Amino acid sequence: MSSSISPADQGVLSKGPGERKPVAKLSSVSIRFAGDSGDGMQLAGSQFGDTSALIGNDISTFPDYPAEIRAPAGTLAGVSGFQIQFSSSDIYTPGDEVDALVAMNPAALKTNLKFVKSGGIVIVNEDAFIEHELKKAGYTENPLSKPLGNYRVIKVPINKMNELAVKDAGLPTKQVDRCKNFFALGVAYWLYGRPLEPTLAYIEDKFGTKLPAVARANALTLRAGYNYGETSELFDQQYQVDKAKLPPGTYRKVTGNEAVALGMVTAAKLAGKELFYGSYPITPATDILHTLSELKHFRVVTFQAEDEICAMGATIGAAFGGALAATGTSGPGLALKTEGIGLAVITELPMVIVNVQRGGPSTGLPTKTEQADLLQAIMGRNGECPLPVIAAASPSDCFNATVEAFRIAVRYMTPVMVLTDGYVGNSAEPWLVPDVSKMEKIKVEHPTQANDAKGFMPYMRNEDGARPWAIPGTPGLEHRIGGLEKADVTGTVSYDPANHDRMTNLRAAKVAGVKPAGVPYLWTGKESGELLLVGWGGTFGHIKQATIELQQAGLSVAACHLRYMNPLPEDLGDKLRKFKRVLVCEINLGQLRMWLRANYLIDAKGFNVVRGQPFVVHEIVDAAKSALASK
Amino acid sequence: MSVATSGPISLKPADFASSAEVRWCPGCGDYSILATMKRVLAKLGSDRSKTVFVSGIGCSSRFPYYMNTYGFHSIHGRAPTIATGLKLARPELDVWIITGDGDALSIGGNHFIHMLRRNVDAKIILFNNRIYGLTKGQYSPTSLKDQKTKSSPMGSPDYPIRPISMALGAEASFAARTVDSDVRHMESVFERAAKHVGSAFIEVYQNCVIFNDGAYAYAADKAIKAEHTVYLEHGKPLVFGKDSDKGIRLNGLQPEVVSLKDVKADDLLIHDEKAADPTLAFLLSRLRHPEFPEPMGVFRAVEYSRYSELVGQQIKAAVAKKGEGDLQSLLRSNETWTVE
Repeated sequence: MSSSISPADQGVLSKGPGERKPVAKLSSVSIRFAGDSGDGMQLAGSQFGDTSALIGNDISTFPDYPAEIRAPAGTLAGVSGFQIQFSSSDIYTPGDEVDALVAMNPAALKTNLKFVKSGGIVIVNEDAFIEHELKKAGYTENPLSKPLGNYRVIKVPINKMNELAVKDAGLPTKQVDRCKNFFALGVAYWLYGRPLEPTLAYIEDKFGTKLPAVARANALTLRAGYNYGETSELFDQQYQVDKAKLPPGTYRKVTGNEAVALGMVTAAKLAGKELFYGSYPITPATDILHTLSELKHFRVVTFQAEDEICAMGATIGAAFGGALAATGTSGPGLALKTEGIGLAVITELPMVIVNVQRGGPSTGLPTKTEQADLLQAIMGRNGECPLPVIAAASPSDCFNATVEAFRIAVRYMTPVMVLTDGYVGNSAEPWLVPDVSKMEKIKVEHPTQANDAKGFMPYMRNEDGARPWAIPGTPGLEHRIGGLEKADVTGTVSYDPANHDRMTNLRAAKVAGVKPAGVPYLWTGKESGELLLVGWGGTFGHIKQATIELQQAGLSVAACHLRYMNPLPEDLGDKLRKFKRVLVCEINLGQLRMWLRANYLIDAKGFNVVRGQPFVVHEIVDAAKSALASK
Repeated sequence: MSVATSGPISLKPADFASSAEVRWCPGCGDYSILATMKRVLAKLGSDRSKTVFVSGIGCSSRFPYYMNTYGFHSIHGRAPTIATGLKLARPELDVWIITGDGDALSIGGNHFIHMLRRNVDAKIILFNNRIYGLTKGQYSPTSLKDQKTKSSPMGSPDYPIRPISMALGAEASFAARTVDSDVRHMESVFERAAKHVGSAFIEVYQNCVIFNDGAYAYAADKAIKAEHTVYLEHGKPLVFGKDSDKGIRLNGLQPEVVSLKDVKADDLLIHDEKAADPTLAFLLSRLRHPEFPEPMGVFRAVEYSRYSELVGQQIKAAVAKKGEGDLQSLLRSNETWTVE
């Protein structure tokens, strides 16, 4: 994004009649599709991202959609957007601002124009700029009737062109308008020199046999949009973004929620176990359930519970039975699961709890991102109730975080929480697909013999502090577990004060002693200096990009991005103290900052915004500069 | 039969006792339920290692600690959730849920409904003493209206819930009632439940000697219970009374108590626990003391596919259709591209 050339800088290039339009090469482009919730913008955007990934660009996507499934058509509340950055070099974010906006109606223009770079391209569906649509968007006059500002506005009669394109497809009149997202996509494909084949194949696969008329219409209007770009005098040039130079291997596009699901199936395979996933539908975590429920041929048991509490309880029950068990949710659901997680901690059963964080408190902003559940994850239960917490740094890192969480859960006999967020969960990036045969197995032991001369001791611990995972059905190891405090070693119910003190400390020491199963943090820059930016979770890309820009400006700035939130990495205190200033950047009011200050007694400062949106890179840059200027 | 056995297992009731000291109040109805359960498991040849007791919170929920089987004493109201996960992971296990009126019907009401609706193959024994015992005497969802308790000194303003009506409303495939003082009847009902393929729900009228003593005297006291209870038998008319001289007849949709001096047994309501439609069972669940004798025994026993069976079938079907999943191909699914 930083290195892209704004189309405005290119000037107008001449084109003779019958010639191909000139092509300008860019290193990186960011585009946003925006329209009404029913306009199919998520589909158009994700197709654009898929195609860009397939032709070898690095990509980063950001779906930005409303909580209402169908807010009244044409209103500001109903606008749905999808942003993609594609590049010929490594990129870390979907871009602060976009080079091009496709706005399908006045509401989309009104809510999204602010994301467009000065001099950027704005493609508008001029057919939607009619009186009642303008009124719904709160425009008193047509914004297209005069210059919009420093943008290259391209007015396309998308409704009309779409109607003409699909007229022979045999589509009922009512459905014609629903194809117009493919016309807009076709225009965008032409503008950035993308091939149509991947989307044509998608259309055929999705509708070809079931709804042939829909397939014909969508294909016709997609081609028509592309040809419109080629022939219309409105566009004077095309842009090209070359392949990115990524490490060799096989890539696919993956979203965070998909990566979590794939990580779970992979962990089950590595453990030689069957996966149990118990969940209750909740935005933005439900796609994990959707993905896993398609994988029954991997012997995955998905259980859609009656509520979050049951999803948690069933996960505990499945873990007790010896399954590799997991549940997934978002903040309000995690609140409901809290009591069950306490039971999982005291019974010391292995399982993974995924929290795809969203804006809170309460119902908050269901479709928007936030990082405000960190302290809830680490400490939000009654009693001394520790558990390991891992945060995924990017969509593809959700795969690693999930596999690591299972490794720790099984090794230490503990529930482990994985924190992702709405941004990481729904966004996509290219993923270098791992070779499963080279991944380390997850070692699982279920004892079959008593571990003591006096019989089976369910709370006898190994060198990691883990108790044995003896499962029902094993003769001779019958034992009882539960939420009441248990006597050390024997596991009988105990109200002895000294025993409770000992067990509380044993549980705490076990979690404190957890060794990371992957990299504990991602480091950018030098080991010491003036300023260290510290982040965690889904803000990795934005903080990394900001750090690179600050370093390019010659400033002494490094970044540490935490993946292991509890226990914190062993050497973190020493690492932090090598910098004069520490600025903790998070989408909350300072939860990691509080955790770091409490653990290391350092004077960490915070950069905190809570808008339900990912960070804006230049704001981090500005905050870092202010921090450097401070005493 | 759903009882898990691996070859002939011959254990005595005492073999099912754990070493934990039983700590219910002297005279508590729970003792007879515990003893009956041990007898039934011994009689059925149950395998201790394949039997799991899951409970929630309350006096009754200490039950798993007293059984030398696998056990899980969980959290308030959530035993059905644990049992559901356990049965999905391990369908071959025999899972019993021990619960109380507060645990199952108040804080755990939602899970109770949904476990029965799904026909999860676990057996729920509800110790209904119509009071909160562990918290020392507050009214429960089955306490009678106007009942005076520590939290209702002027009488409970709540209308009670009827557990069997609720279970049938949740599509329970097996619903039965028994009473703690009649151990032979209790034994027969537990045995029926153990052999039932699917969810089984048993309400046990259980006496709390401390906070609600004598709540079920009408149904438990040998001297009077024949007048206040009617024992259900499949295919038999509903006859009751010390001299078996009274019966229940249906007048339209209204049940009525009639004398056998006036009415022939053939004209009485004939019990049909296997009726596909639960209407008759529901009607019986509405009979309340003192207007009617309260039915004891099996209200409903129908069989249909169990939850773990249906889930297992989907997995089998998916494997048959798509083949055993190949992880590396899954990770490489969607469209991929190669960087050289």
